[in-house]
Amino acid sequence: MIVTAILAGLVLGGTYALIAMGLTLQYGIARIMNLAYGDMIITAAFLAFALYSGAGINPLIGLAIAAPAGFILGYAVYALMMHPLVARAKDRVSLETDSILATFGLLFVIQGVLFVIFGGNYTSYSYLNVPVTILGTNIAANRLLAFVLAVVIGGLLYLALTRTRWGTALRAVAVSPSSAALVGIDVDRQARFAFALGGALAACGGVVISMYQTFTAASGVVFTMKALIVVIMGGVGNVLGALSAGLILGLVETFVATYLDPGLTLAATYLIFLVILLWRPSGLFGRSAR
Amino acid sequence: MTLFKRRHVLQTLGLGLATLAACGLTVASAEDRKSVRIGYAVSKTGPNAGGAGITTIPNYVLWVKDVNDAGGLELPDGSKLPIEVVEYDDRSSAEEVVRAVERLATQDKVDFMLVPWGTGFNLAVAPLFDRFGYPQLAVSAVTDKAPEFVKRWKKSFWLLGGGHDYARALAAVLVEANKAGTINNKVAMISIADGFGIDLVTAARPAFKEAGLEVAYDKTYPIGTSDFTPLINEAKASGADTFVAFSYPPDTFALTQQSQVTAFNPKVLYLGVGTGFPVYFKNNGENATGIMSLGGIDPNNQENAAYRKRHEEVTGQGPDYWGSVITYASLQMLQEAIKRKGLDREAVSEELSTGTFNTVLGETKLEDNQLRQLWWTGQWQNGQFVGVAPANRPGASKVVLPRQPWKAQ
Repeated sequence: MIVTAILAGLVLGGTYALIAMGLTLQYGIARIMNLAYGDMIITAAFLAFALYSGAGINPLIGLAIAAPAGFILGYAVYALMMHPLVARAKDRVSLETDSILATFGLLFVIQGVLFVIFGGNYTSYSYLNVPVTILGTNIAANRLLAFVLAVVIGGLLYLALTRTRWGTALRAVAVSPSSAALVGIDVDRQARFAFALGGALAACGGVVISMYQTFTAASGVVFTMKALIVVIMGGVGNVLGALSAGLILGLVETFVATYLDPGLTLAATYLIFLVILLWRPSGLFGRSAR
Repeated sequence: MTLFKRRHVLQTLGLGLATLAACGLTVASAEDRKSVRIGYAVSKTGPNAGGAGITTIPNYVLWVKDVNDAGGLELPDGSKLPIEVVEYDDRSSAEEVVRAVERLATQDKVDFMLVPWGTGFNLAVAPLFDRFGYPQLAVSAVTDKAPEFVKRWKKSFWLLGGGHDYARALAAVLVEANKAGTINNKVAMISIADGFGIDLVTAARPAFKEAGLEVAYDKTYPIGTSDFTPLINEAKASGADTFVAFSYPPDTFALTQQSQVTAFNPKVLYLGVGTGFPVYFKNNGENATGIMSLGGIDPNNQENAAYRKRHEEVTGQGPDYWGSVITYASLQMLQEAIKRKGLDREAVSEELSTGTFNTVLGETKLEDNQLRQLWWTGQWQNGQFVGVAPANRPGASKVVLPRQPWKAQ
């Protein structure tokens, strides 16, 4: 029983981690609090659905289409909408306020476009809904895929950020954009790249989630909320933090549902959120002072 | 400077699009009696759009098209007036639906109003319909309090029964199967901690107890739950042959998928809203067979079959197997009542209350302002979601239990 709960929790946590990693890049490095993040996820989910049900394209191939598309969309959004805000922002706080307002608007634009194209109906299809037996427990292959993707992407990003020159530059921008410019880093370019990368990750998350979760054009905000909790819990801008916070959240929810009461999962989510923030105000892996 | 302009354009564009999406409204000039104005506020966007988009909106569209194609609404003198629609999006907000209904009555001065989607929303607008004297044919509203409501709001009509009706019917089906030795008397039950789930589970607990069924597992889960593995595992461990979930569509779909993965094969599988959606059969195919839920149809009712076909042709999607046909029937009743009594709302309400109508449901008559000829329990059989309870109602299909185990797809 306990093995089942742990595995189910890890797999659920994998989904949370997967959707949160993109946001942590966008918020931590590009410093854009992207409220339309969840809608980018849903857009990718609809793309995967349209490809699968319309053209019979395997969602795994859909993943290969959606990820670059997400990158391009993220890049374009940053270049067109965010760049002017960054350019005129006096400090971090004013950029955050402006970006929240701008992406709040973007949220409705994306949602509106999705409504016009796909309507407001529940959308779902099922793909890879086959059991994979691990340690005597059946786990859905599509959820396992989300978990594996989260761990692989999280691990690769972590290595890239800590071991490469490019990653060091990104982290420098995250720590102090003004000082990063002094050592010859093109802050704007790095931020744009981080934002676009976040878009690509959102697209990956959307495609994988569409395989097993029912979504409507309006459900983006749910994903934004969940991702935001994970990001803040893990420490803003920290990929490893998002991964571990996501997994912790999944484990807590599953354990509470199994051993206490399924009705308390939401309460448990926010309780653990509160406890972690009281213990480490800047998140699990966050730096204590900026 | 160019960037600034571009930003401005984007903002304006965004605002424009959002506004467009938010309120698709059409107001035409109100010249006297070239048309009958029918108004409604319904959730075209927001969390309720998924439900309204399948049960309510397509039927409004279909009915208006049907009527206008036939030359319009017929009045007692035999003349016909086309329908002119005034439509608002309530954005799934209760405040918004109230505001929109008030506006329909006071500013748009519509002749008749159609109802919004959802139990809560129908209750929210009931006092307004009553105050402005409009008949309210509440379809997608499941409430046990209907007998009280019809006394409080004389022109309100409740067409989808109450939680107790569905719970008692299910209990009867289970008791029957238990007596036949098909299943044991244990039930595992989960429900969503929201309107529909709370209503149904509150009705189910006493109904099951009365019927001598033992509830071995009984838990609620919050809205937005996406992983049901722990609940399914617990239900499996409870040893119950019957699994009941009073769930919303996303949960219904997830439960179906996850039961297959965990090889959870209860002999009776009863799921909530969404089981009767055409997409449910499309996604699950043969595996849907035997799964039970609320609602259903009589597969041999020709009128209903013709309606389903036309619905799919006109709106591009199939109707659901629960509220859709009732929605269309309610519109036919309104149409017929107008034909008999004209545009006098008082007289039309009276006619709706006492008259007998020919609709896609067959001969339809309300009892105490409520529709009672309903299918309380249905089951997927041969690619159709057929009504199995009340078993003594003409057209009822025989319930087939136990459900076959999941087949690999």
